[in-house]
Amino acid sequence: MTDQQPESVLIIGSGPIVIGQAAEFDYAGTQACKAMTEEGVRSILVNSNPATIMTDEGVADQVYIEPLTVPVLRRIIERERPEGLLPTLGGQVGLNLAVDLHEAGILDQFGVRLMGTPIDSIRRAEDRALFRDAMREIGEPTPPSAVVHSLDEARQALEAIGLPVAIRPAYTLGGTGGGFVRTIDEFERVVQTGLDASPITQILIERSLLGWKEVEYEVMRDAADTCITICNMENLDPMGVHTGDSIVVAPSQTLSDNDYHMLRSASLNIIRSLGIEGGCNVQLALAPRQDVTSWPAESMPPAGGVPDPHDADLPYYVIEVNPRVSRSSALASKATGYPIARVAAKIAAGKRLDEIPNQVTGRTQAAFEPALDYCVVKIPRWPFDKFEAGDRVLGTQMKATGEVMAIDRTFEAALQKAIRSLEVGGKSMLWEDTDAESDATLAAETPTDVRLWHLFSAVRSGTPLHEIAQRTGVDPWFLDRIETMISMERRLLAEPLTPALMRAAKRLGFADEQIANLAGSVDERVREQRLAWGIKPVYKMVDTCAAEFDAVTPYFYSTYEEENEAEPEAGNRALVVGSGPIRIGQGIEFDYASVKAAQALRAAGWGAVMANSNPETVSTDFDTSDRLYFEPLDEEAVRDILQNEDGSLNGDHNGGEVASILQFGGQTAINLAGPLTTAARPILGSSADVIDLAEDRRRFERFLADLGIPQPPGTAVQSVDEAVLAADAIGYPVLVRPSYVLGGRAMEIVQAVGDLARYVTQAQAAAPGRPILIDKYLAGVEVEVDAICGGPGDQAVLIPGIMEHIERAGVHSGDSMAVYPAPNLLPGEIEKLIQYTREIGLGLGVAGLMNIQYVIMRETEGRDGDVYVLEVNPRASRTVPFLSKVTGVPMVELAVRAMLGESLAEQGYPSGLWPSTPLVAVKAPVFSMSKLSGVDTHLGPEMKSTGEVMGVDVDYDRALNKALLAAGMAVPPSGRALLSIADQDKPAAMSLIRELGEAGYGLYATIGTANLIRGLGFDVEEAPKREVGGDPDVIDLIRSGQIDMVINTPEQISSNIRDGFHIRRAAAEQRIPCFTSIDTAHHAVAAMLEGGADYNIAPLPDYKAGLV
Amino acid sequence: MNRTSGRDDWPEHHEAALVLADGAVFRGTGIGAAADTWGEVVFNTSMTGYQEMLTDPSYAGQILVLTYPLIGNYGIDPPIDESRQVQVRGLVVRAECDTPSHPRGGMRLHDYLAAADIPGIAGVDTRAITRRIRHDGVMLGVIVPIQDVEAAQQRLAELPAYDSQDFISVGVEQPYRWSDGRPQPIANPSPEPGPHIVVLDEGLKYNILRHLHTRGCQVTAMPPSSSADDILAVKPHGVLLSPGPGDPQLRDLQVAAAKALIGKLPVMGICMGHQVLGRAFGADTFKLKFGHRGGNHPVLETATGRVAITAQNHGYAVDPDALAADVDVTHINLHDSTVEGLAHRAEPVFSIQYHAEASPGPLDNGHLFDRFLNLIADTSPHGSARGRVR
Repeated sequence: MTDQQPESVLIIGSGPIVIGQAAEFDYAGTQACKAMTEEGVRSILVNSNPATIMTDEGVADQVYIEPLTVPVLRRIIERERPEGLLPTLGGQVGLNLAVDLHEAGILDQFGVRLMGTPIDSIRRAEDRALFRDAMREIGEPTPPSAVVHSLDEARQALEAIGLPVAIRPAYTLGGTGGGFVRTIDEFERVVQTGLDASPITQILIERSLLGWKEVEYEVMRDAADTCITICNMENLDPMGVHTGDSIVVAPSQTLSDNDYHMLRSASLNIIRSLGIEGGCNVQLALAPRQDVTSWPAESMPPAGGVPDPHDADLPYYVIEVNPRVSRSSALASKATGYPIARVAAKIAAGKRLDEIPNQVTGRTQAAFEPALDYCVVKIPRWPFDKFEAGDRVLGTQMKATGEVMAIDRTFEAALQKAIRSLEVGGKSMLWEDTDAESDATLAAETPTDVRLWHLFSAVRSGTPLHEIAQRTGVDPWFLDRIETMISMERRLLAEPLTPALMRAAKRLGFADEQIANLAGSVDERVREQRLAWGIKPVYKMVDTCAAEFDAVTPYFYSTYEEENEAEPEAGNRALVVGSGPIRIGQGIEFDYASVKAAQALRAAGWGAVMANSNPETVSTDFDTSDRLYFEPLDEEAVRDILQNEDGSLNGDHNGGEVASILQFGGQTAINLAGPLTTAARPILGSSADVIDLAEDRRRFERFLADLGIPQPPGTAVQSVDEAVLAADAIGYPVLVRPSYVLGGRAMEIVQAVGDLARYVTQAQAAAPGRPILIDKYLAGVEVEVDAICGGPGDQAVLIPGIMEHIERAGVHSGDSMAVYPAPNLLPGEIEKLIQYTREIGLGLGVAGLMNIQYVIMRETEGRDGDVYVLEVNPRASRTVPFLSKVTGVPMVELAVRAMLGESLAEQGYPSGLWPSTPLVAVKAPVFSMSKLSGVDTHLGPEMKSTGEVMGVDVDYDRALNKALLAAGMAVPPSGRALLSIADQDKPAAMSLIRELGEAGYGLYATIGTANLIRGLGFDVEEAPKREVGGDPDVIDLIRSGQIDMVINTPEQISSNIRDGFHIRRAAAEQRIPCFTSIDTAHHAVAAMLEGGADYNIAPLPDYKAGLV
Repeated sequence: MNRTSGRDDWPEHHEAALVLADGAVFRGTGIGAAADTWGEVVFNTSMTGYQEMLTDPSYAGQILVLTYPLIGNYGIDPPIDESRQVQVRGLVVRAECDTPSHPRGGMRLHDYLAAADIPGIAGVDTRAITRRIRHDGVMLGVIVPIQDVEAAQQRLAELPAYDSQDFISVGVEQPYRWSDGRPQPIANPSPEPGPHIVVLDEGLKYNILRHLHTRGCQVTAMPPSSSADDILAVKPHGVLLSPGPGDPQLRDLQVAAAKALIGKLPVMGICMGHQVLGRAFGADTFKLKFGHRGGNHPVLETATGRVAITAQNHGYAVDPDALAADVDVTHINLHDSTVEGLAHRAEPVFSIQYHAEASPGPLDNGHLFDRFLNLIADTSPHGSARGRVR
């Protein structure tokens, strides 16, 4: 312990998951809390995101789940009086808040010391102008550029720099608002969005380095000025694509020792000159091969200052520095085994690198550079499977929601494993984009989410690699590797499958499924043949030191070589299958549940084995489980892991049977229930048959009918005629969806026969022969229930809580605001919910968790309504972390213990509804719409949110207002509201209009809504719709910054949706609250007007205990 | 004693095996020369720098296993050779890249090895080999065509131990000077001003000479058998004892020269040169179980508390027990606490076990050459008012 070490420290989390800021900061924050505990420092954590491990009991010493704003943090600081503040572990959100608190004088006022990297270092790294000056001082080259604050300044600067240029706004996440521009029109537009996006209205305009190699270094420095690099990474995509949207390989593959160390030295110079204490990420651009991409000679930097022949080295530029733990550092931590966040936190607490033990070896120190003896590939996971209308072109603004990582001993095998890990509807390496240009190379010139497949197609089509390299900027080395894979593809197509060929294919990463496809066989047959030939994976350890020292971390990846390092272990063990990459619909909530499951297994004396493919997460921290397998989550990989664990892969059956736990890893894990059952692999918890019963529409209908539990009437149809007949019988509006997708994909609420015909025609064209489901749309109160069932022999069904949605049914449950405890349900309705939940749980035979969505239709207000079942999921839902936190019921632990055979009574828990706690909690969705151009933001049956926040307080209005505040959706206490309400919503909007009018808001509206407002007796400013012309029109009005809030509900008739679409996009880009559901808007306004602004600030346990 | 000659019946991608002295056999594909070979099997954990390692004379007599699996990616660029030839006896890799891509490295690794008449093997489980060596220590091994595995096991028992071999011939036979980025005959006029440094070439890497030359020195490399008188005869301002292969216990001649030079002029030792100086200071040396070979070894400078990341390639270390009382251990390896640097308290003499010249490896330690030149500046007519760097 040094004199620098404080007694207590405040750690700011990164808030909700949004594009550019995902689960990696839960991992970083959790590591930081652990590090503080180890150092004997009291940790106080603030985060608005309940779906995080860091906000769990026992991680930090004090947990606040409160909005991340300066006034809130001020109150927390006042209350807790921390000695220190750790600014660099909560992503850009945490860093910006720390800077704001400093600038507001709050840190000084309360004597809070910034730990680790000083504020001046943060400023010099973050502020473009200061950064350029700092680089100039130490002779590190930066591209010709200018920092500007207005469009006029930008135009002047452009004259000196010349097109093409890159535009980067200061202090934004994931490059929001920036971009590469080639034309003057693009330039004017992007300059404006960039200035708008920057909180300090500052952008950098710099010479574009399109086509240069992008290389990153993760660097650490301690107070004794010891500097080390943890990892370097090379992007397959050349400069021009945000690194978060790039395919990344670690370590670099095409850099010579000279290149590697030239850039490493530059990175060390930079961290030293900035004075960073902790972790930092340096992005550099290295000149590519001149024969494939010409270098603009006039932009060459001076040569480096190392001895000859090094002085003839390649030119490079320094692009950017992140003076904090980042997404790249999470990736580097998982790629190397070196826990960057933990070490950075300890440095901030005053430790030197040589005083921090290396946990991996248990005997060396953190002061060393990891040596990798494998190749790591990261591929981003984009949301375009959900947002088909989104602009898929990748640039400087990040669009991916998550990422996968794969490890193997060759690039080819790691790449193929990463592709398998993406879980994008059967896109193996063999997938061909039928929509693409006939010239695949032309398609590959544009960076998109499917560029990798376009590169495969281009190589397959026989285009010379040199030409592909020239046109795409992808280094020929990567194209040669692709060609190696394609040669194998051809051999598998042409040659008989021999042991030698099979082994060669497996060593290149070909999955059994691909081999089956190419060799004209079936997966199972290939697997049998492969094992019969003794071709099986071995598992090697990620040990930070390339086997130079004995390591103790149980962190493994598969490869087809000789020596297996993951020997079967004795004792009871179970495999927890994780949830893979973060995507819309399957977010961090499932990683939370997976982590809790592993902890519960360990607490019960079982060995926890974890499998996952997502490098951002806590579940892939080697501390979380007894053994971690970093692998794709498909049948082949999971069966291999299970067989390795029980020893049967190596003909040794001493290991004992290892069962799988599938109910915590979202749909990824649950989808394995069928295949594993067929393969006679045991499953802990609900069986494959239970899952099938809940998911198979026919079986489930019969099941509910037998129990006498109602469901909205519905049927499956195959044609437009059948659909129209069915809808007539059921009655409009109807909810339509294809039968083959889950989670609300391509679902629509249809009001009339014309839209129904259009929907059915389109769906049939997309997937001929697949049935379409038509259900009665019940616009009632939607209610969500999570429950834990004891499993066979246990008649107990515990309901930790009932959540009521603010939006009526029809908005995807993941996008709805949920309130606990349900505020408006009648006692009789609650009784019915408990009864149905119990009957369904016991009837299905659920063991562990289940989630049921209900809709309640009341014929008369104040009298019990009818309760209908919408959907049952026999697995952990996304509300598990939220509900666990607000009720105090350890839901995952109870479920795991139930699976292991301990009844709920034995665990000390009753059957029925758990008594509600004296708090009100609201879960609000958070969207990343400002980053996804072309995507409509209105709420509907398709999920669109990327993350969630929680507002918790003693009453509903305060809790709701806090949730909105945390989500960036809070209604301003006064200001101007723009209303554009669809006809079908106008009746419901009247009371909302009255409230706004009476509260003195300035009202603006499109024509129909304006008439309604006038009719209600309020003044209104009419804003012309864009389609009728008008200057300024409604869009101009929003963009001019005069509007503080938008309420816009979409017309159900799809042809009229476009104007509303532009209104909603403008609001998203302007970052003002935009409500697309009257329900949400109404509640939000009411909460603001009824004292919601007078919220409390307290640690979560205080709310739960009724101490607030 | 040397490699057997090339064999005509060996096709380019023949099946081959690495056979270790403990009997372990690793099957793979032959690369480089169609020949078999033997040597002490050692591993290096650097992720880049295969060409620099292959030409590092300290690998003489050794078969080099690279733990990074993908080798040859950026090809071969002849000007960055670290000595006049490939020095390893054999190369062992997981995957050899035959389609390199780099602005400067057009040549394939396979062709480079073949031209140097050095065989290698690819496709083997290099991690398994590394774990075996880590566990049991370095041992002899052979690379042979697959059909010769049985015979190889017999042959391994008869091969001489690495430690008993004299590698003195790895150094130069005739003195040369370093100029224009290459060795030049000593007869040429040497126009360069600046301090004159003699580097005793026991198997040096050219980058040591480049570092000195870049700093404005006249550089003369002399044969390892040079006596102190031979060295003093060319009137140097300082002497650098270079790295080199083999057991420092066999370097009595150099130890004697070092003893005679200490007190007469500044001396710097690197790697073998450090071990020679250690012996000159009265210490013993010993063999490490599997050596230090890589680019990531942390070394603590005891005076400052700062940790340097260093390039290392050595199989022996200095035992500090019997060190003279006026010599300090200045640097310590954080992994195993072995001696990484020595300095005399009174005389301008210091040494480091690691490679300040890098190539391959981190460029963090070039300042040690500045330290050497500062010592020279302090004690010679080239000196200025600059203080001694200690």
